Amino acid sequence: MFLTTLTDLSRLQFALTAMFHWIFVPLTIGLGFIIAIMETYYVRSGKDFWKRTVKFWMNVFAVNFAIGIATGIILEFQFGTNWSNYAWFVGDIFGAPLAIEGIIAFFMESTFFAIMFFGWNKVSKNAHLTSTWLVALGTAISAYWILVANAWMQYPAGMEFNPDTARNEMVNFWAVATSPVAVNKFLHTILNAFVLGAVVVVGISAWYLKKKREEEFSRKSIKIAAIFGLVSILLLIYTGDGSAYHVAQKQPMKLAAMEGLYDGQNGTQLVAIGILNNKKFKALRDNDSLGFELEKPYVFQISVPKALSLLGYRDVNAFVPGINDIIKGGYKYKDSTGNYVTAQSLEEKILSGRIAINALASYNKAKNAGDEDGASASKKDLQENFKNFGYGYLKESKDIVPNVPLVFYSFRIMVLLGGYFLLFFILTLWLEQKEKIGRCKWYQNLAIISIPLVYICSQAGWIVAEVGRQPWTIQDLLPVQASVSGVSSSAVLTTVILFFVLFSVLLTAEISILLKVIKKGPASN
Amino acid sequence: MTIVLKRIWLFYYEGFRSMTLGKTLWVIILIKLFIMFFILKVFFFRDELRVYDNEQEKQQHIIHELTLEKR
Repeated sequence: MFLTTLTDLSRLQFALTAMFHWIFVPLTIGLGFIIAIMETYYVRSGKDFWKRTVKFWMNVFAVNFAIGIATGIILEFQFGTNWSNYAWFVGDIFGAPLAIEGIIAFFMESTFFAIMFFGWNKVSKNAHLTSTWLVALGTAISAYWILVANAWMQYPAGMEFNPDTARNEMVNFWAVATSPVAVNKFLHTILNAFVLGAVVVVGISAWYLKKKREEEFSRKSIKIAAIFGLVSILLLIYTGDGSAYHVAQKQPMKLAAMEGLYDGQNGTQLVAIGILNNKKFKALRDNDSLGFELEKPYVFQISVPKALSLLGYRDVNAFVPGINDIIKGGYKYKDSTGNYVTAQSLEEKILSGRIAINALASYNKAKNAGDEDGASASKKDLQENFKNFGYGYLKESKDIVPNVPLVFYSFRIMVLLGGYFLLFFILTLWLEQKEKIGRCKWYQNLAIISIPLVYICSQAGWIVAEVGRQPWTIQDLLPVQASVSGVSSSAVLTTVILFFVLFSVLLTAEISILLKVIKKGPASN
Repeated sequence: MTIVLKRIWLFYYEGFRSMTLGKTLWVIILIKLFIMFFILKVFFFRDELRVYDNEQEKQQHIIHELTLEKR
């Protein structure tokens, strides 16, 4: 019970910090690129209008950057204190990308950020424009290395476990840095940031139109942001398809939770809209096997036939394993070498994981006692079973299943809002083309309401990615309960409360300063 | 070299002096960084493995933690 509480509190603290951090990051990235595009217009046209426009959006960028800066460092504090087992276990694999990110973020962003803000009239127009683009690129490169680290946890590659140090050691930097999961995750996330930045620009500009202020500024900002947003959302949908494919191959339990799929089949349908039968999930959590058998997975659903098989396996008749299949094993799937193998049951994986954990203990004991033969035999057992190391910490079926309703509904919120933003950008460009955007009140209200919606969409995506991979901090190798340190749960609770207060104050400051900047408007520049 | 350094110094000095909105933001940044590094990090987020003197002891602690029965 103690461990459960500590694990839950540590997860709550990490989730709270990460979600707060993610309020600022996507706007910094998305707005950075939109500002760079606008400044390119300024340099090419030489019109002061564009300079004034760029300066206004730079003020919005600056407020967001200032309030959000360094909030991600709190996550790194938590690694050392609450997650020290995990931090040690991942070793340099996590350290290297984070170090590169830190160096790039510090030197590239801070150097060119200063020129971007202080350099007007002090450096040439082209030098200033280059700095603005480098700040934007710097934010994207920083994001890449963070996402490499995150992707490695979802799909560990390019490493070997060293039982002498109890650390994973990087043996192939490029396998880590360019893993297909990392590349797709980066593209999907960065495009999400572009869409968020575009919606914020359109929403704020629509507010000016509603107030009958700054019409030229608003319409031109809307046009640039909507084109940028439309291209981004189309690519975002494409990379979303790539994400689903990788999840199906590498994290089948996450895919099953996203779909509320308990029993797999060939040619599996994709639930477009649905309501889950929560009694089924509750029966699983309560170990009520009879209730679990009897309950149906959905109360209501509208599905697209065979679409999940097509999305996940590029084959309309492919078998998609459900939660029960993953627990029971026995189905065929294609492994990383491209060969078809039979899936192990959870019971077999737990047994294999326990052999690996015991082998690590006996290896360490034998090595300390100078028993080379014993150490060698234990090391062999550990290597043979290491792929299931994390399963050794699990006890029963429910331990391997994430929170299905939370993942299922978050996924649908993300997808539905993604579809909405595609239509929103098309509508925006159509109204702008027809010169109706300045008079269309309902559209202006819709654009303003879209600002919170895009944040909900973005956070929902991360909930799918991170809740969906539970119980793993590192897929198959380390679950959350083995990752936490032996700190007191009351200490974690104290910091959770402190963070909540600190984050609320910072968010209030951000919103109030932003509102002042927006009310003043570009005329103040 | 001195001239270059002086120009860089003046670039930042004049930049900071001419800020309007930026001053409020810098106050927020400094307060936030103070809270993060001098309160949260010092009192609440000390490295769990700091009590061990060397890498060997840290490794043994982690192996012990990872192979605990109660996990």
